[in-house]
Amino acid sequence: MSPAFRSNLLQIGLPVILALGLFMPDWAIFLGIISLAKGLVVLGLMLLWRTGLVSFGQGLFYGAGAYMVGILPQYLPITDALLLVLISAVAAGFLAFALGFLLRRYREIFFAMLCLAFSMIFFGILVKSESLGSTDGFNVVETSYLGFVPEEPIVMQRMLYITAAVVAWFACLFVNRYLGSTMGRLSRAIKDNELRVEYLGFSAKRAVHFKIVIAGTMAGAGGALAAIAIGHVDPEMVWWIQSGEFVFVTILSGVGNVIAPLLGSVVFEILRTFAIEYAPQAWQFVVGGCLLAVIMFLPGGLWSLIERSKEGKDDGNSSR
Amino acid sequence: MSIKNLLRGTSVAACLVAGAMTAISGAAQAQEKLKVGVVGFYTGAAAGPFGIPARNAAELMVEAINAGNVPAPYNTKGAGGMEIEAVYIDESGGTTKQVTEYRNMVQRQGVDAVIGYISSGSCLAVAPVAEELKTFTILFDCGTPRIFEDADYQYVFRTSAHATMDSVGAARYIATKFGDTKTYQGINQNYAWGQDSWRDFDLAMQSVLPGSEAAEPLWPKIFQGQYGAEISRLSVSPPEVLHTSFWGGDLESFILQSSARSLHKRTKMLLTTGESVTQRLGRKLPDGVIIGARGPYGILAKETELSKWLSQTFADRFGTKPTFPSYHMAQAFIAMKIAYDNAAAASGGSKPSVDDVAAGLRHKTFEAFGTTIDMKLGKGQQAITPTAYGIAKWDSDTGEQTITDVVTYPAECVNPPAGVNSVDWIKGGMQGAKC
Repeated sequence: MSPAFRSNLLQIGLPVILALGLFMPDWAIFLGIISLAKGLVVLGLMLLWRTGLVSFGQGLFYGAGAYMVGILPQYLPITDALLLVLISAVAAGFLAFALGFLLRRYREIFFAMLCLAFSMIFFGILVKSESLGSTDGFNVVETSYLGFVPEEPIVMQRMLYITAAVVAWFACLFVNRYLGSTMGRLSRAIKDNELRVEYLGFSAKRAVHFKIVIAGTMAGAGGALAAIAIGHVDPEMVWWIQSGEFVFVTILSGVGNVIAPLLGSVVFEILRTFAIEYAPQAWQFVVGGCLLAVIMFLPGGLWSLIERSKEGKDDGNSSR
Repeated sequence: MSIKNLLRGTSVAACLVAGAMTAISGAAQAQEKLKVGVVGFYTGAAAGPFGIPARNAAELMVEAINAGNVPAPYNTKGAGGMEIEAVYIDESGGTTKQVTEYRNMVQRQGVDAVIGYISSGSCLAVAPVAEELKTFTILFDCGTPRIFEDADYQYVFRTSAHATMDSVGAARYIATKFGDTKTYQGINQNYAWGQDSWRDFDLAMQSVLPGSEAAEPLWPKIFQGQYGAEISRLSVSPPEVLHTSFWGGDLESFILQSSARSLHKRTKMLLTTGESVTQRLGRKLPDGVIIGARGPYGILAKETELSKWLSQTFADRFGTKPTFPSYHMAQAFIAMKIAYDNAAAASGGSKPSVDDVAAGLRHKTFEAFGTTIDMKLGKGQQAITPTAYGIAKWDSDTGEQTITDVVTYPAECVNPPAGVNSVDWIKGGMQGAKC
């Protein structure tokens, strides 16, 4: 894929998703918000994936962002959606920064398991917290948009959609920039041979730490957006099945481009919704079958379809 | 195009085709039909004990109401004259999914009303969305009292009593039947349902039997399945009464594992949802355990025309007797029929507005299957019902589970009065209870 095409896609990206928001039917708006929110988490996972790291505990940061949205307005008079999302993202980023000191020392299965362990500790704490509703969770207060509280619920939804679109677009731009930078390009190098990276004069640990923080921050933003959209937070957002879903969507999307996680996330949500409608007792089977099909026939994820159609080459993995 | 490419294309296309199809077909619907979303756990651990019995009851009720086969006074056809069409949606997959699917049902599939939700987490998450979308919604089974105590709703109802009743009823039964109890202990799943159940039971025991003392409760995690360590610990110093709010597979495992080690002979076991496993366990349920049904349902149900009809038609069709989730579902359908019938009478034939429908159920009292339902709490949105506890006894002659020493408590004896927070009510010594 040519860099020109990629940057074109990014430039037109925001107007396209915003325009979609105006024309989408009511039911699709919510699906759109959730897809964008989860897409943010997957974007972070993509970053780690390119470095050869898989986190089975990304639900930790997703849930941390969500719980921030739930708890913060109870103590501070903040109801602005964008502000809440930013604060939650920063908080999740700090959490990732703190845990990063330990996480950055591990690779492969040990990294994955340590992430899982941290997320399950957080899950355990939440389940034990009766004041936070234990496993039932609690409702999130109504949010405002730049001082404006829409009367009509559907206007509210569309405002949130716009917020999510703007946040996701900035995240994509940032990650795209980062991947083009020296530190970003180190991802592949760390994956291939960490020792050589060290000989080049870079600290692989520091690079990994930075990626953990970016991924955590974006997951926090995603969790915050999801919490506002759903209007409810509970520990299931932190549970390993949620973390597994993010990894699932990463595989489904492919890691070829920063747009891929968002697209993959949309496809996943639509797929699941219709699977539930048509096979209420076997929808997991349908979703699992699709993952299997993607792994077997599209090892580069759904993105490789777009890549191939653009350039007509039969290579599943993008170089960058 | 090579075979491999073809396969790639088709595998992905197959995943997406289903999606495109409904986007087109979703909108069409006839005016006289009442489209109802019916949500419950149709997969996963809660499907066997709760979801499937509830779904069976829903299928039965949809057909019976449409045909006008439910006994009087519900023997008119349809709800508000409209034929009911049910859409079944699985509750598994977490609250994000529940909210997504709720919106899909209403905004895309054009569902008029929703009956559903077994998990309290689902109920808490979905209620504000139902209110936002102004959709008539009946929560049929979930337990937490927080739904109508933390917020006010116009279009959300719950036609079963909340979980406070289960624990208060259990404590009252111990006081009535085993008034000299000195020690009790709890073994409950470590999540909201188990924590709330134990808290309420413990507080209620302190209120009805102030001299008794609780031993350190045990908190195995949910779906643990293996209780060897817990049973050993309970066997070493058994309490007089052992309270558990276990359900489904966990309850079955615990009963089987503990009865193999004769724990039921050393302690009085009190199973607040015990009735839901009576049909599955059969004679493996040891005699002498105290069982509840989250209301007077199943073998604890009062014999009425309606309850006999439900029990009989359900058993004829599904080969097993209905358990309390089936009763919860069936009475939610009756409530919906009443709401639409009343609304249709008020609006004079045309499809009634959601405000009329909600007004048709608010503050109403009606007879369901073996119990009276009084929409008394939460400004007329939350039901109170009587409850009953009894002692299980296997009848080897008929091969059926029977129940002895049944005590039924009136609704106002085991439910808080309107406007009072449940936990505060129990803590305050259950003021205003009419027993």
